[in-house]
Amino acid sequence: MIFPERLKTLHSRTPERVAVYLQFPNRDDVPISIDQLLRGSQSFARVYERKGIEPGEVIILILQHSENLIYAFWGAILHGAIPSIMPFLTDKLSPERYRSDLAALISVTKPAAIVTYPDFEGEVRSAITEGSSVRSVIVADQIEMGLDIDFDSLSGFLRKPGDIVLLQHSSGTTGLQKGVALSHQSVFNQLDAYGKSLSLNEKDVVASWLPLYHDMGLIAGFIMPILSGIPLVLMSPFDWVRAPYKLMHSITKYQATLLWLPNFAYNFFAQKIRNRHLEDVDLSSLRAVINCSEPVRWESHQAFYKRFKDFGLNLEALQTSYAMAENVFSVTQSPLGNVPVVDEIDREAFMSERVAKSPVDGHPTIKMMSSGRPLENAKVRIVDEQSVDVPERVIGEIILKSDCMLTGYYNRGDLTEKAFVDGWYRTGDYGYIVNEDVFVTGRKKDMIIVGGRNIYPQDLEMLTYEVPGVHPGRSVAFGMFDDVQGTEDVVVIAEVDSNDVSEQQQIADAIRLHVTKNSAIALRYVNVVGPKWIIKTSSGKTARAANKAKFMDELRMKR
Amino acid sequence: MTEVITQLSTFLSTDILKQPDRVIAPDEALISSGLIDSFSLMDVALFVEDTFGVRVEDTELNADVFDNLTQLAALIESRK
Repeated sequence: MIFPERLKTLHSRTPERVAVYLQFPNRDDVPISIDQLLRGSQSFARVYERKGIEPGEVIILILQHSENLIYAFWGAILHGAIPSIMPFLTDKLSPERYRSDLAALISVTKPAAIVTYPDFEGEVRSAITEGSSVRSVIVADQIEMGLDIDFDSLSGFLRKPGDIVLLQHSSGTTGLQKGVALSHQSVFNQLDAYGKSLSLNEKDVVASWLPLYHDMGLIAGFIMPILSGIPLVLMSPFDWVRAPYKLMHSITKYQATLLWLPNFAYNFFAQKIRNRHLEDVDLSSLRAVINCSEPVRWESHQAFYKRFKDFGLNLEALQTSYAMAENVFSVTQSPLGNVPVVDEIDREAFMSERVAKSPVDGHPTIKMMSSGRPLENAKVRIVDEQSVDVPERVIGEIILKSDCMLTGYYNRGDLTEKAFVDGWYRTGDYGYIVNEDVFVTGRKKDMIIVGGRNIYPQDLEMLTYEVPGVHPGRSVAFGMFDDVQGTEDVVVIAEVDSNDVSEQQQIADAIRLHVTKNSAIALRYVNVVGPKWIIKTSSGKTARAANKAKFMDELRMKR
Repeated sequence: MTEVITQLSTFLSTDILKQPDRVIAPDEALISSGLIDSFSLMDVALFVEDTFGVRVEDTELNADVFDNLTQLAALIESRK
């Protein structure tokens, strides 16, 4: 099966059925029927053809939440080109950094075209250098809509199931991002397996505010509902973060049944909505609210349930999944109908022995929540450093095999090769298994996960060194779990020569500004300290765990 | 007006930036500079409503409406 064929089938059955309800803050919802979706997309496909974009070439989409984003994406599919949705520039990031990141992306991905919006055209053009692969910058607003659909004239129908259908770029901090290349067949294999585990059916409605440049938003909150013939209610992440209550009204209005959220969003929803904003909200239609893309927390589910149980939310609707772009999306899913398994374990054994043991009377415990069971098309193993399987309840690296894996990191065969061992994909995540339940406990590398975004501490440390007064090797960055927010806070510690408090304060400001402008990461704690604060290993490297422990001790003393 | 600015400044440095000693100048850019990230904007709105009894709508949570303490305080005063 290929994407265009599926679209054609959906169109032949119910052309007038609404595929997407697009929501905006100051406008009525825009319903887009399958027929409109295909017409709009065909208009883009024609433009790509006229501009000489060949099937199999990459088209980068840098567009705001709009009809055009949807048409530009499916238009690329109908043309047989390979779309990749990228974030646009926000207030947070400096234009220079955005430009250099975009230039780096272009040099690896070698797109033939970039589609953007009028205000952003200049920015995009300035990232394109002499000899670049980009032959065409297309401004979305200048495209005329209309014309009946003529399937036979669209070159996307000549694609093969094994061909690459789209690229999904990983959410790195700075510089080169890996483009996960997925085939038509892999995506359909995922949709089949995941659809079964969710008992996806024609009565379902998906509501989403997730960005489409992220795997959870792109697959669960865009491609899956559209290709499965299920209505999607789509809001922009920028609107959601300012008015989370509006999503609750969308769920009520369209009787949405499925919702995917990163862990922090459970806390965000629970804490930041006024009662007056919840009048007439009814969440009883939700049959699954799926926690995914950050470590899942039992406490966050409890807070969410407590806040919304009086608005019709069923406890059994709260579910979990473990997913990654390299597997298209979902690897595991908690069985619907029951709450996910919660495993209360001894904290000491978990921290020091790397084993999930039963609690000992009187000792502190941790509540681990299962991310569910592997989908029927996926196999999961837990292995040690030598790739040898470990027993149940022992923590090791999660490795994975399925029929929906990535084709490769686009134009990065070297990285693809490193990612697999004997045909098993190394996830870089730590976890353990009990019965069939997979518990994800953390990242192998010191990666920080904030709001579903993966951040390498080294990137933040490198940026800190660029601030005057901070010497290379004298900064350490790490994540610290914040129970209130339900996600990690980013902490940067920088050592300077001066013990003068006001001078340290100025450097702290400069670090905050510089890091945010160059990574779009907001730092929660910036701690500028005097000489000899930072703990080093015997080889002179900064020891992140030791520095984190020291920082947390100091923080506790202050409170 | 000065009192409002002081209260806002204390809230931002203590609760958002977690640097209680940090002094925020009345004309210092807050949103466009990235000092306050989008996830904290709701906290600002909730604080303003709880403290001053003034509502800031979600569509107003952007740098075009207020980007520093003086502008935010003026918005609050105008609605008191």
